Amino acid sequence: MAYSEKVIDHYENPRNVGKMDDADKGVGTGMVGAPACGDVMRLQIKVNADGIIEDAKFKTYGCGSAIASSSLLTEWVKGKNISEAEQIKNTEIAKELSLPPVKIHCSVLAEDAIKAAVKNYREKQGE
Amino acid sequence: MNAAVQTPIYFDYLATTPVDPRVAEAMAKCLTTDGVFGNPASRSHMFGWRAEEAVENARNQVAELINADPREIVWTSGATESDNLAIKGAAHFYSKKGKHIVTSKIEHKAVLDTCRQLEREGYEVTYLSPGENGLTTPEMVQSALREDTVLVSVMHANNEIGVVNDIAGIGEVCRAAGVVYHVDAAQSAGKIPLDMEAMKVDLMSMSAHKMYGPKGIGALYVRRKPRIRIESQMHGGGHERGMRSGTLPTHQIVGMGEAARVAREDMAKDAERLTALRLRFWDGIKDIPEVHINGDVDHRLPGALNVSFAFVEGESLLMSLKDLAISSGSACTSASLEPSYVLRALGLNDEMAHSSLRFSFGRFTTEAEVDYAIEQVRHAVEKLRELSPLWDMFQDGIDLSTIEWAAH
Repeated sequence: MAYSEKVIDHYENPRNVGKMDDADKGVGTGMVGAPACGDVMRLQIKVNADGIIEDAKFKTYGCGSAIASSSLLTEWVKGKNISEAEQIKNTEIAKELSLPPVKIHCSVLAEDAIKAAVKNYREKQGE
Repeated sequence: MNAAVQTPIYFDYLATTPVDPRVAEAMAKCLTTDGVFGNPASRSHMFGWRAEEAVENARNQVAELINADPREIVWTSGATESDNLAIKGAAHFYSKKGKHIVTSKIEHKAVLDTCRQLEREGYEVTYLSPGENGLTTPEMVQSALREDTVLVSVMHANNEIGVVNDIAGIGEVCRAAGVVYHVDAAQSAGKIPLDMEAMKVDLMSMSAHKMYGPKGIGALYVRRKPRIRIESQMHGGGHERGMRSGTLPTHQIVGMGEAARVAREDMAKDAERLTALRLRFWDGIKDIPEVHINGDVDHRLPGALNVSFAFVEGESLLMSLKDLAISSGSACTSASLEPSYVLRALGLNDEMAHSSLRFSFGRFTTEAEVDYAIEQVRHAVEKLRELSPLWDMFQDGIDLSTIEWAAH
């Protein structure tokens, strides 16, 4: 299995691993994937009053590419507003990590994760 | 880091084994002009006679390993070919008796795919589900037999989980019913005792590269008493009593013979040592929460262990254990995205199948290497559980089977 250096880096030194308080109204949680597929990602974002993502945390059950995709995502979304974050494309993640074709679905899952987290945050605000 | 250990460490002996130095030496003598290079079928000169002698000597060695008559050993290119020859060969030869075959869901693909081919030819195949412990019992086979059953193929030791079936018991059932019984013994020959005089097995596949012999050579045991007939799959010069044509590769055969000889002589000693290593490894990891052995704990090959580490995915584990050469039942590590069919057949849920690792120890594995592996595994599982949302949920007391996953 040939992993790119970036995937290995994220795997050895994952960024923003952790958990946020789900009960906090400013926290959006996205949980995507399924154990049956071998990939489950939980992405959480802390959004401030201006709609900017102040902090992001993730936990992933999955292969090295899945862990790297979600770790990278948490880095990218910090400082963005939620509309921008929603626009992140899986292809950008795949390119950054040089994911081979068989691992593209990991980046797709990461894109799903941020969308799910933003959706959950919006629902909490009653939008 | 332990200086006694050289990484990467090989723990994948069920995948293949290195050639034993004694075997390599014997093989090297059969290659060049000053070696035994002749064609064993050359009747008219010394070069052929010497090659034939070497081949027959090796045939005796393999026969001795399994307490068979040397005339019952047919050389093939490996266990896959032996499986093909046995199953297609017997099914075709005895097709007038019937066209029903019984096998198990967790056979090697060489058996399963051959059965699929026979299905395409109009045969009917029953694929038995093993018990949760991975074993296929004589009772299971008995209940699947029909009037038109012509062949049963149930393996001795399973390559993925290492469990060992009661082939003597299955043999009794088949013989009583007058059904030909084939055993894929690729993983067991040379490791645990096989006795063709005592066991009512009719056909048996063996592989050299699973017993410290070279890749590309194997054998098929074909019983003479009572006489089992098979239709040849390789046609040509009529070698191997018409059962398998093709010039015999002296160096390969000598290699398999020597490997068989060493295996027979060292079997008891090796089995004891490997069992101790396997237990040592298990002792070192068994207190990790939610770790499970896949397959029967007792009826297994001495040095094989397939373990699931819940809430941690197999490929990421392998990545973390890059100093260890092992394999995983995780989908990511197979060509498709589906987890191992063997683990699924045991009733393992997909998550456990994704979290499995197969460790197989062998002749050259040391205690220091096992200790190093224990350390690495403990560290890797801990680190990956910290990253795992499933582990979080488990610790919070959530029953994962009740979650509706948003899969795509």
